[in-house]
Amino acid sequence: MKLDVPSDLGMVGDAVELVATHLPPGTLSPRRISFNLRTALAEALGNAIRYGNGEDPDRIVRVYVELGRDFVRIHVNDDGHGFDSSRVPDPTHPDNLEREYGRGLFVMRHLVDDVAFNEKGNGICLTLRAG
Amino acid sequence: MRFTLKKDKSGVVIVGVEGQLIVGNRQELKQKVLDALEEGSRKFVIDFSKTGYIDSSGLGVLVSLSKKIREQGGELRLAGLNADLQTLFELTKLDTLFAITRTAEEALAAF
Repeated sequence: MKLDVPSDLGMVGDAVELVATHLPPGTLSPRRISFNLRTALAEALGNAIRYGNGEDPDRIVRVYVELGRDFVRIHVNDDGHGFDSSRVPDPTHPDNLEREYGRGLFVMRHLVDDVAFNEKGNGICLTLRAG
Repeated sequence: MRFTLKKDKSGVVIVGVEGQLIVGNRQELKQKVLDALEEGSRKFVIDFSKTGYIDSSGLGVLVSLSKKIREQGGELRLAGLNADLQTLFELTKLDTLFAITRTAEEALAAF
């Protein structure tokens, strides 16, 4: 499954629904699709649109869903310069708790089984294993 | 995906979040609450009993609203989180920042 998403934050919800509702049943439980996949994909798309593509209407976010026998892998790529995931502060630290931003990566890492970035940092891969 | 807004007889504003609270609609929620704050409301309940998922932008807008409401001498309570949403608040430690009740009725009774 491939999807090109315009760099418009208002499209995130629809894009998430399109992916979630077109997954073949069986690999992931309805609950993991309903919550884990939807939330993590919304995070990845939001970051790609806002930070990667700067909400530039001329840029696209490319989503590719890879279906394995016992996993679902979602690749989200933007046209940005990349991002160093190692430099994100811990949002659960008391000094950061009242910040409005900075929780996206943390949430993704806790909701899916694996999060990986490409070398440039403008592509993320979310893996959810069967169950 | 929509927000409902009503006031109970004691003036508490109850905002219902139907669907999801994410990067694409958080600004709409923020504006609805800020408008009510501007009109003089000081007590708010956000009811998540019909909410499927919340992303970090949604969490962030709740943090921002909580701060603004407190600055105006008001109070914000969250209600109706399902088990997954409750887990989300716990893992982000935001359950320590918000007053969370099982139902909107319990939130109203707590004011």
